[in-house]
Amino acid sequence: MQIGVTVNGVAQEHDVEPRTLLVQYLREECRLTGTKVGCDTSSCGACTVLIEGESVKSCTMFAAQADGASITTIEGLADGEKWHPVQQAFHEHHGLQCGYCTAGMVLAAVSLLDEVPNPSEHDVRFGLEGNLCRCTGYHNIVKAVLAAAETMGGSK
Amino acid sequence: MTAVVGSRQLRREDPALLTGEARFVDDLQIPGALSVRIVRSPVAHAKIASIDTSAAAAVPGVVAVLTGSDLRDAFENPLPCAWPVTEDMKNPEHWPLAIGTVNFAGEGVAVVVAETRVAARDAAELVVVDYGDLPVILDLESAAADDSLVHADLGTNKSYTWELIPDAAAVDAAFASAAHTVKERYVQQRLIPMAMEPRGVVVIPEPYGGDYTIYSATQIPHILKLMLGITLGMPEQKLRVIAPAVGGGFGSKLNVYAEEALCLALARQFKRPIRWVEERSEGTTATIQGRGMIQDIELAADADGKINAVRVNLLADMGAYLQLVTPGIPLLGAFLYHGCYDIPAYSFSCTGVFTNRTPTDAYRGAGRPEATYAIERSIDALAEKVGVDPAEIRRRNFIREFPYSSGAGLMFDSGEYETALDKALALADYEGVRKEQADLRNAGSPKHVGIGLSSYVEMCGLAPSRVLASLRYAAGGWESATIRVLPTGKVQAITGTSPHGQGHETSWAMVVADRLGVPWEDVDVLHSDTAIAPLGMDSYGSRSTSVGATAIALACDKVIDKARLVAAHQMEAAPDDLEFVNGEFAVKGTPSKTMALGAIAFEAFTAHDLPDGVEPNLEAQVTWDPPNFTFPFGTHIAVVEIDDQTGHVDLRKYVAVDDCGNQVNPLLVEGQIHGGVAQGIAQALWEEAVYDDDGTLVTGSLLDYLVPSAAELPSYTLEQTVTPSPTNILGVKGIGEAGTIASTPAVVNAIIDALGHLGIKDIDMPATPQRVWTAIQEAKQ
Repeated sequence: MQIGVTVNGVAQEHDVEPRTLLVQYLREECRLTGTKVGCDTSSCGACTVLIEGESVKSCTMFAAQADGASITTIEGLADGEKWHPVQQAFHEHHGLQCGYCTAGMVLAAVSLLDEVPNPSEHDVRFGLEGNLCRCTGYHNIVKAVLAAAETMGGSK
Repeated sequence: MTAVVGSRQLRREDPALLTGEARFVDDLQIPGALSVRIVRSPVAHAKIASIDTSAAAAVPGVVAVLTGSDLRDAFENPLPCAWPVTEDMKNPEHWPLAIGTVNFAGEGVAVVVAETRVAARDAAELVVVDYGDLPVILDLESAAADDSLVHADLGTNKSYTWELIPDAAAVDAAFASAAHTVKERYVQQRLIPMAMEPRGVVVIPEPYGGDYTIYSATQIPHILKLMLGITLGMPEQKLRVIAPAVGGGFGSKLNVYAEEALCLALARQFKRPIRWVEERSEGTTATIQGRGMIQDIELAADADGKINAVRVNLLADMGAYLQLVTPGIPLLGAFLYHGCYDIPAYSFSCTGVFTNRTPTDAYRGAGRPEATYAIERSIDALAEKVGVDPAEIRRRNFIREFPYSSGAGLMFDSGEYETALDKALALADYEGVRKEQADLRNAGSPKHVGIGLSSYVEMCGLAPSRVLASLRYAAGGWESATIRVLPTGKVQAITGTSPHGQGHETSWAMVVADRLGVPWEDVDVLHSDTAIAPLGMDSYGSRSTSVGATAIALACDKVIDKARLVAAHQMEAAPDDLEFVNGEFAVKGTPSKTMALGAIAFEAFTAHDLPDGVEPNLEAQVTWDPPNFTFPFGTHIAVVEIDDQTGHVDLRKYVAVDDCGNQVNPLLVEGQIHGGVAQGIAQALWEEAVYDDDGTLVTGSLLDYLVPSAAELPSYTLEQTVTPSPTNILGVKGIGEAGTIASTPAVVNAIIDALGHLGIKDIDMPATPQRVWTAIQEAKQ
């Protein structure tokens, strides 16, 4: 079936099998491999993207369900060469090691800060509970998200 | 120039990972690649009566469906085990696909090769296998009793018994004269490593006829190249292994897996690129698991609690086959059951047994977390018997003089164990928690507070090759480094380590920058491609900094030695009259006359005017074999609060005081501790590979296997002490596994400390709310 989406500001049109998951579509048709697959049970959050600005695990929906939507993946988060404050904060606070969960974690954090601009540590920990990381023990991820909130001035 | 080493440098690995540019195996765009799907056994032990591939073969897009028998001749040898720990160790033949019998649920029985991943997956569902069930052996003790056999042809389930008993009479005498003894049994549950990136392999038949480029999500590209050559009987020089961005390993990618051998065999057969990517629920049984032991430990102490002997007997679960280093994992802990205590008489014995489960192998810490758990739990039991505080019993037993020759036969390099303990006690407000605990108990509160100590020492920096030889490991433990100063003065540092999250590109560049006196930005670190970095022993066992970075530093020194000859010739001075400071050679006493390393590199490149006997180009290679292990140490403390009504364990505070010697990049040291601690806490509280009686893994996906999220864990309080290692010129130890080694007993000791007043002495891991609640209920009856 024919679908049309806007990914990172670029209009895309593809003929996809109805059973194609959004994450497969982004990786295999749009060739945007920054979005990762870490599980097959919608548990790990590595495939998190923004749909209309809100975080969604892209393995939980079919590509067809995204027809007409505007999607942001990790490749489209920075403003040209200028990183999003969350990307910058992950770098400055060593919020990533192997980097496999990072795309999903960063986008989940962007969405969280959009909803809760001045989060407590508790807000961050529970706001990111759908995203798993095996390297960092979350300490520096939490630190990075709190720092990003501060940089962003608590404003959307 | 200010030293870079020791400063908190942000990682140069980050930009590619933060923007989605980094390429992991599954991200590689390989035109014309065939996709592979493995058909896996759903049963744990069975004769394969028949395999019907006809329906699968008829699916559009399917190129071939092949069984273990079909592919038998593609392999010259079974999958390798590189660690025959005893001369008579039993090692069943392990082929990439089962032939005749399956021995664990998840073992591959057939492979579908198709034009697309979807076609391969669809077709795999249509392969019909007729399994004739055999008795399933899961329990370690009945396996050891040979009640029924995993591998009938071996005649026993026991793979080996390995002993380390330097003086049996001394141990017996210590027990005979002991004022206090403790005898404890602990169970190390099986764990699933669960690196966030599943495994994956791509094999491309290029660049030339007979050549193969193998991309794998592996920690060990060099070992993999050698072992694939041997397994397939292919010329090793035709194989190139590349580990691209690799998403964590924790030991699970320290192996030579069936799928790696299969993909190479299929690329050879079909003369096309082959790709396989593991699905998560596939990986829970197809990738090795960790731990899996029953530990019996006994301590003999005098009236004051000074321990004079330790005796340990292990039953270790090998699983159904021996993977690369499966039988050696208990040996990596075998020398450490006395912990950081001066215990002269030592007795260790381990029997490795086969069961119908996924093979075990290295998982973060590999043998050392198990040893640390046993001694740190049992020393708390001893403290209770002697009637002293857990901190005090540790003080009475700490090793205090270094180097220390241990009863188990190791030479501990350096340490200051009591300092770390004192710092940790202060950070945890030990006295304050003890007072709170007493107050709550006096008030009859339904809230139980406990504080748990774990003082640890570990051996890492694998490893002196001669020691490995004495342990019958098949390879050495050296590391290689090449430093190449380019004509423009830029530097390439080529390492045999293979990072997968650790940040070697950042840290090794820091070492080089200081050593050569060049800007950090001018140094690039090349790794993880056997064509670019042909020599290496890869990354595992907290070896990369102490062995790999030391090799880098030594190669820098060797480059400087060569540069000195060139500079002396150019400057018309004797080599000995030159000093090398901040990247420049100067004539001693005439500091105005200098020559920079970059200029020397250019002279060495043009080779127009080199001294006699000096080869062109400025490059040096070093292979360094460490003279000893390194011994990081520290004390971790957990404070827990347990709800009487629900059994929920709230980890209220976690303190880690670690000493890994000199630190190259403290920012990354802390990151390693954070992640290690989280994994160790997870063993204590949440994680377990649970099997049903038929040998089916019940916790076979991330829905059922509880990898903690940020919501389950606290922030950690960290501090470090610095006791340099005399083993290497950098004074470094290792920090990759310390957090995991220390944390598990700290948490469980805290739980027992919280509930001890109810009469609870032990709770099996993971200490789930149900287990804790049940223990409380039973104690109250």
